Amino acid sequence: MATQQQSLSTSAIDVRPRGARRRHDDRERAGWALATPFFVLYFLFLLWPVLAAAWKSLFSDSLAGGEADFRGLGNYGELLGDGDFWASMWHTVLFTLLSTPPLILLPLVFALLVNRVAKGQWLFRLAFFAPYVLPVSVIVLVWNWLYQPGFGLINGYLTELGLAEVNWLGAEGTAMISVVIATVWWTLGFNFVLFLAGLQEIPTELYDAAKTDGAGAWAQIRWITLPLLLPTTVLVAVLQIIASLKVFDQIYLLLQGGPNFSTRPAIQYIYENGFTQYRVGYASALSFVFFLVIVAISVLLFAGLRRLQRGTPAS
Amino acid sequence: MTVQADQVGTPAAARPTAASAGRRRGRLRPGGALVIAVLVIAAIVWLIPFAWAIATSLKPDEETTATPVSWTASTVTFDAYDSILGRGDIFRWYFNSALVSVVVTGLTVLLGSMAAFAFSRIRFRGREVLYFLIAAGLIVPFQALIVPLFEEMDTLGLVDTYWAIILPQVASPIAVLVFKRFFDGIPRELEESALVDGASAWRIYWQIWMPLARPATAAVAIFTFVITWNNFIWPFVVTTARSLQTIPVGLSTVNSFYGAQYAQIMALAILGALPLLIAFLLFQKQIVQGISNTGLKG
Repeated sequence: MATQQQSLSTSAIDVRPRGARRRHDDRERAGWALATPFFVLYFLFLLWPVLAAAWKSLFSDSLAGGEADFRGLGNYGELLGDGDFWASMWHTVLFTLLSTPPLILLPLVFALLVNRVAKGQWLFRLAFFAPYVLPVSVIVLVWNWLYQPGFGLINGYLTELGLAEVNWLGAEGTAMISVVIATVWWTLGFNFVLFLAGLQEIPTELYDAAKTDGAGAWAQIRWITLPLLLPTTVLVAVLQIIASLKVFDQIYLLLQGGPNFSTRPAIQYIYENGFTQYRVGYASALSFVFFLVIVAISVLLFAGLRRLQRGTPAS
Repeated sequence: MTVQADQVGTPAAARPTAASAGRRRGRLRPGGALVIAVLVIAAIVWLIPFAWAIATSLKPDEETTATPVSWTASTVTFDAYDSILGRGDIFRWYFNSALVSVVVTGLTVLLGSMAAFAFSRIRFRGREVLYFLIAAGLIVPFQALIVPLFEEMDTLGLVDTYWAIILPQVASPIAVLVFKRFFDGIPRELEESALVDGASAWRIYWQIWMPLARPATAAVAIFTFVITWNNFIWPFVVTTARSLQTIPVGLSTVNSFYGAQYAQIMALAILGALPLLIAFLLFQKQIVQGISNTGLKG
C-alpha cells in the first residue's frame, strides 16, 4: 500500500513507466500471496498423495520407517491376478448399477409431483431432504434396527401381513439391496432439490401455451417438462454415478462388506490392505488403479455431458 | 442447469434473470387430490425411520424387541437418554465435530476466497496453470487417497491430532470454483475506483469483495460445514484416540461399546442427528440452496 502511494507522488515525467512497472510487480506478488496458502494445502493433501501413491506402488510392502524394496511393477502384476480386488471392484460397480436408477427416477417423480403442488412445497422438501443432512452412522444405526429379523419394523410388518420374513442383512442375495434401499432413503433429497430447481427454470409461458392448445397434464409432462429437463437429468445421472462409485461408508458400517465379503467395495479392500494387512505398497497400487479408473470415468462422463449441453440450446 | 448454478455464483444485481426463477413457485397448477395423496404417502414413508427411532428411544429397553412390533410400550420413558447423557461420550463427540467443522469451514472460506480473488481479479504469471491444477482436483476421489494420505500424516507426526482431521478437508477445490465464479460476475468498475484510491490487493479483497460475496460465502460455508460434520472415512482413518472421535466416528463404535440396547442406541442416533437436524429445520431454504448449488460443482 505504502509503495503504491509513493509511486503516485513521484514526479509526473517518470511516473508512468516506473509506476506501471512497480504496479506490475505488486500485482505479481499480491496474486501469489493470495493464492499460495490455499495452494500449499491443496498440493500437500490432494496432489502429493496421488504422486505418493504412484511412487509407493513401486515398492514392496512395508510400513513407513522400514526399508522398502523396489518391486517395479510387481504390485500391479499381483493386482491383475487378485480375484478379491476384482470382486470388490465388481461390488462397487454393482452398487452403482443398483443405486443409480432409483436415485434418478424416484427424485424425478417426487419433484414432478411436488412441482404441481401450489402450497406447502417446503413440507415435502423437508421430508425428502432431511435424511441427507444426517451422518452416515445415524443412517446405519437406524436401518440396522429397521432390518432386524423378528422384532425389526420391516420384518414385523411383513409377518403381520402374512408374508415371509426377509433376511435383509444376513443373506448374500439381499444384503446389497438392503444397502441400496438405505442409501436411496438417505441421499434422494439431494437429487430431488436439483430436479426441483431444474423444473422451476422451465418458463411457465410454455405450459400456458400448451394449455390453450388443449394439452392435458400428461401431454405437458411428456412434451415440455421431460425434454426441457433432460440436461438436468443427465447432470444428476453423471454426479450420481461418480458418487456411487466412491461408496464405502454405509457398506462398511452396515455389513462390514459381508456376508462373506459379498458386498465389500473397492475402497474397503484398499482400506483393509493398507490398515489391517499393513501392505502399504500394495494398497498404494490398488489406490492408484482405483484413482485412475474414477478419474477416467469422470472425464468421460463430463466430456459427454459438455457435448450434450452444447448440443441443446441453453434454457 | 447453468442458470441454476449461477444463482449463487453471481451477485443478484448482475443477474436480473436469476430472481425470476423463484417467482414461479406459488403458481397454482392443476394437481388434484391424487398428486397430494401420493406425495403424502411418500413423505410418510420417508419419515417413518425417524419416527421409529424416536419411538424406540422412548421405550424401556426390555420392551424394544417385543413382537409383534408396536409403536408404543407400557410406558414412555427417558431412561435411555438419561444413561446416554450420563455416559457423556456424546458431549465429546459434539465438541470434536463442532471444533473440526468450524475450523475447516473458516479456513476453507478464507483461503478459498483469497485464492479465487487472485484467480479472478489479479493477472499474475502462472495463474492459469495454478487454476487448472485446482479445478482438476474436482475429479480426484478423496476416498482413493486414504492410504498415502495417512502415510503422509504419519511422516508429519500428525496422526491422532485435530490438525490431521482438519487440514486435508480444507483443500477442497469446490470452494475456489464457487468463489471464482462469483467474483467473475462482479462488474469491473468497482475495482477500478478502488485502484485509483491506491488500495492494496488485500484491502480490495477484504473490504470490497468479501462483503459483496456474502451469498457465495454462505453457500460455501453451509456446504463445507455439513460435509465436514458428516465426514466419516477420514477422521475414522486418521484417529484412533477415542478422545478425538467426531459424531460419525463415535456413533460407528456404538455397537461394540453399547451392546444391543436398542433404546439407548436409538437415543444416541437421535442425539447424533439432532444438531444438523435442528439447523436444517431452522434454515431449510439456505441449507438446501447452499448444498445443492455448491454440490453441483463437486
